[in-house]
Amino acid sequence: MARVVVDVMPKPEILDPQGKAVQGALPRLGFEGVSEVRQGKRFELELEGEATEERLAQVHEMAATLLSNPVIEDYAVRVVS
Amino acid sequence: MKIGVVTFPGSLDDVDAQRAVRLAGAEPVALWHGDHDLKEVDAVVLPGGFSYGDYLRCGAIARFAPVMTEVVTAAKGGLPVLGICNGFQILCESHLLPGALIRNDHRKFACLDQVVRIENNSTSWTTSYTTGQEVTLVLKNGEGSFVADQHTLDLLEGEGRVVARYVGNPNGSQRAIAGVTNEAGNVVGLMPHPEHAVEDLCGPGTDGLGFFTSVVTTMVGALQRA
Repeated sequence: MARVVVDVMPKPEILDPQGKAVQGALPRLGFEGVSEVRQGKRFELELEGEATEERLAQVHEMAATLLSNPVIEDYAVRVVS
Repeated sequence: MKIGVVTFPGSLDDVDAQRAVRLAGAEPVALWHGDHDLKEVDAVVLPGGFSYGDYLRCGAIARFAPVMTEVVTAAKGGLPVLGICNGFQILCESHLLPGALIRNDHRKFACLDQVVRIENNSTSWTTSYTTGQEVTLVLKNGEGSFVADQHTLDLLEGEGRVVARYVGNPNGSQRAIAGVTNEAGNVVGLMPHPEHAVEDLCGPGTDGLGFFTSVVTTMVGALQRA
């Protein structure tokens, strides 16, 4: 078994209203000094077998076709165990 | 003249869209998300709602529904397809239309009568209007802010592919874009709802009916030529 994490984030140039809402809430709770918040998604995939190059290529394909929308989001794939 | 209206799990406006089709003089045909054929319809409407609960991203799961494989293939072959609201999101996720729709910049759900200007009256869905005509439709969305990179926006403007533009900008859409079309002009995505503006009894008037009468006229013309 291998655990692979796919992080999906809105592209830097895309407005992130959710991140802005979170950022706006922080000072109200007394947390100061946060100049920006961006909110993304984290997917944890349990793979059967080892995280071979071939399997990871498939994860990249999953990330590009379904987990993220390349028009507005970037993704990163990493193996955690 | 048959116009298919797809129902996904979570679609809300399929019945309203069917009613608009009927009022425009065509026969509505209910299509199910799990269907593998389009039942020989002459055009397809993807209605508004929250397909698959808007899980992952709006329209992201619906894009891979069996019926969408058929819709994408047929659309590339010239079948007129109109995506309204969630349907627009599905068309963008399917890459039949450029860009994407993200959360409104003010973070609130928008629900209002909205004036839009028709910018291109040569698509399959807009021939009943004149270019520059201002029509009142119904806008109701949380994620209706149209975004695309600058190059794509310039391309859309240059090729006349902005179909409708908001008068005012109710959700932070880039260049106030309310609707776009593909290169061929048969696929149109529209964030406001024309199917909620087809009768005086409920809704802000009948300005929306033109989208449906347009496609009827387009298809009758195509059949006569054939």
